[in-house]
Amino acid sequence: MCLAIPGKIISIDKKTAHAVIDYGEGTQRTANISLVSVKKGDYVLVHAGFAIEVLNEEEAKETLALFQEMLSSEQES
Amino acid sequence: MFSLKDKHLAQSIVEKIRALHVQYRFMHVCGTHQDTLMKHGLDVLLQDCGIYIGQGPGCPVCVTTPREIEEMMVLAYKGKIITSYGDMLQVPGRDTSLQQLKTQGCDVRTVYSIEDAVDIAKSNPGKDVVFMAVGFETTAPSTAVTLKNNPPDNFFVLCCHRLIPPALGALLQMGDVNLDGFIDPGHVSTIIGVKPYESLSQRYHVPQVIAGFEPLDILMGVWMLVQQLQQGNAQVENEYTRAVHYKGNIKAQAILNEVFIPIDVKWRGFPEIPQSGYELHEDFSLHNARVMFEDVLAPLDQESFKEPPGCRCGEVLRGLVTSKECPLFGEQCTPSSPVGPCMVSTEGSCNIEYRYKKNRQ
Repeated sequence: MCLAIPGKIISIDKKTAHAVIDYGEGTQRTANISLVSVKKGDYVLVHAGFAIEVLNEEEAKETLALFQEMLSSEQES
Repeated sequence: MFSLKDKHLAQSIVEKIRALHVQYRFMHVCGTHQDTLMKHGLDVLLQDCGIYIGQGPGCPVCVTTPREIEEMMVLAYKGKIITSYGDMLQVPGRDTSLQQLKTQGCDVRTVYSIEDAVDIAKSNPGKDVVFMAVGFETTAPSTAVTLKNNPPDNFFVLCCHRLIPPALGALLQMGDVNLDGFIDPGHVSTIIGVKPYESLSQRYHVPQVIAGFEPLDILMGVWMLVQQLQQGNAQVENEYTRAVHYKGNIKAQAILNEVFIPIDVKWRGFPEIPQSGYELHEDFSLHNARVMFEDVLAPLDQESFKEPPGCRCGEVLRGLVTSKECPLFGEQCTPSSPVGPCMVSTEGSCNIEYRYKKNRQ
């Protein structure tokens, strides 16, 4: 139930607070964007037809880097 | 975009845990975590190095009570159009499931989003449409937004939303399940942030890590818990920083506070848990099915509701038994003929266990 799928914002209809989201492999659907502040091109997490958060690409890269760093520093110690 | 499936990294985390020769029991509360664990065989991999992870009450459909299902049944028999998410409609009630009421002429419809239910109300102005609003903090904001957007007068919500931190508190307070740490649910935390978990770590000295849903997220979450235990810490750490901010989604929290009030509610398998559920604020009473159809639902107050005979979903949800320890599992109870909700919902641990493990030794 708490499954949320990441997708990219293709276009925004401000009047209805809905956006077209591209989930990849040709799948596009609209979602309500009232809960987030977004612009075209942002990646969002969509749950039950509502975008619930903007995904932070930098944080994602940092997470991976941090994993690698934590594990390698552990190895050294 | 975010690939966290690096096998080499996964292997090094597992080897590091193995080298510590620990025995820990963790609980997560999310069907998506359970799915990742089972799908990638992480449960077996981790058990092999002393880590057991079980699913607690992390399936909204599963923890919805027999009484709430019966409330929807009563409304269905009264001719209302019944709407909810697919899994919810298939959970067996006292005699049948909501989905099966279709065969008795009731109008029961599966929706993907609450907005679909509003559209049904708009296209059926002469009929009452009731949406059974299940789900944790991840889902509740969608109900709140919809109610704020002036839905049509014939649209009603039967509010069954529940809140995760009070349930974790109840598990720790009851003390009958032996736990060394929690993997907290990523998408619930997207909404509520880190803070609501902190008092639990302080009070019960239990470490927690908010984790994402890729295999590496979970392995890293486990590693962070192990590290905390090794160092004698009990904090809330956030592994899922790409989607969870410390303060959560403030916009969503503001609208939740406007539309709902926290109330004491029962969860399947649990006694009443203080402040663990939502009911609609009185400003939204005109769309509250329990207020508007009070006379129709009142007779249920005189009735008692029991679990299906032999079903151990309650104990599964409290982490006291595994799905396979239920004698009905895979025999009388299967996804095509479920006895309890944990076998119905794709987020339920019995359903997940059956899908991934039924044919595996």
